[in-house]
Amino acid sequence: MNDEAALQVQEPVQVCLLAGKIMLQSGAETYRVEDTMTRMADALGLHGADSFVTPTGILFQSGEADSAKLIRIVARTTDLQKVSAVNNVSRKLGNGEMTSEEAYAELLEIERVKPAYPMSMQIAAAAISSGCFTLMFRGSLADFLPGIVCGGLGFAAFLLLHRLVKVKFFAEFIASLLIGLLAVLLVELHIGRMLDKVIIGSVMPLVPGLLITNAVRDLMAGHLVSGLSRGAEAFLTAFAIGAGVAVVFTLL
Amino acid sequence: MYWIIHLIASFIASAAFAILFNAPKRTLLQCGVSGVIGWMIYLLLLSMGMEAVFSTVAATFLVGVAGQFFARWYKEPVIIFSVAGIIPLVPGGLAYDAMRRFVENEYNLAVQLAAQAFLLSGSIAIGLVLSEVLGQLLIRRKPLRIQVNRQQQ
Repeated sequence: MNDEAALQVQEPVQVCLLAGKIMLQSGAETYRVEDTMTRMADALGLHGADSFVTPTGILFQSGEADSAKLIRIVARTTDLQKVSAVNNVSRKLGNGEMTSEEAYAELLEIERVKPAYPMSMQIAAAAISSGCFTLMFRGSLADFLPGIVCGGLGFAAFLLLHRLVKVKFFAEFIASLLIGLLAVLLVELHIGRMLDKVIIGSVMPLVPGLLITNAVRDLMAGHLVSGLSRGAEAFLTAFAIGAGVAVVFTLL
Repeated sequence: MYWIIHLIASFIASAAFAILFNAPKRTLLQCGVSGVIGWMIYLLLLSMGMEAVFSTVAATFLVGVAGQFFARWYKEPVIIFSVAGIIPLVPGGLAYDAMRRFVENEYNLAVQLAAQAFLLSGSIAIGLVLSEVLGQLLIRRKPLRIQVNRQQQ
């Protein structure tokens, strides 16, 4: 009897934790993760649930008498599809269209699903956006093509290296080093005109602009720990990219 | 010509970034549109002689408002549209530039650029928060019971 009761509490807690984990790994803001978890807990009958979310882990307690649960978050990417899917599950739970078992099964499915866009398409997207960014940063039309080449190859190198070496910092450093070398080469060959614009446009897919903004937003929402740690992550990434390009400039 | 290039470039750049962020396929077009809204308003205000910080706040505010509408319309979380919309405005280029100057021992210029990048990202956050507050004040009053019908189809 006692075991059965424990199991019944266990399941809703697992649902909330899994939802929070997927959202946090997919780059949702901290306050949104906490909000979604609390709402789901409410819908599942766990009133007075509390959560503490940081970019590297989630603490969740379903009620005063229960013990708190911890989930560790190791890798973080941006995957809006998953954020949207979890949001859907949470809404269905809230409307009472879904039981806790169904929700758990669907969340497991969401976690398993691979990205919607194949790697080649992501690289193509990075290449095109790099080209467009060189134009938007007031580069000349001649810089469009070098931007595409450098951005695409740089991003491809980043994906490949990140798969080989798990240290993101290192992958970013090498990728931006390659971008710098390639951009210098293309400008020397007179295919591109403005070196600065080509490099800035091409590193845009790697640059942590979104991280910086999310960090400030978390700080403003009162999530001081999350905001500061996200800021540190953004700073490290920007440092890796800047250092990679700077090495090229000092070598030449 | 200048405006047309920027219009097309910002649309493609934002939509392509939405692919990098794995946005759902049916939202790519709207992501591009919110990117265009942000970037064109930013450029327009800059060309009228406004400060970069003010232009960024105004542009992100409108991106956020557009995102709220898209989110209502397509039943997706706001973050999808706002993230794509702020991508052209985000001071990634500045942050990178600042870091490059630091590494090259040009500290004065580096600190200037870093401060500017920090201010700009702060103003993006302010713009987004403003639009969220507005959305909560205005839209929350309507009861939301439309999803039920969509589910049955």
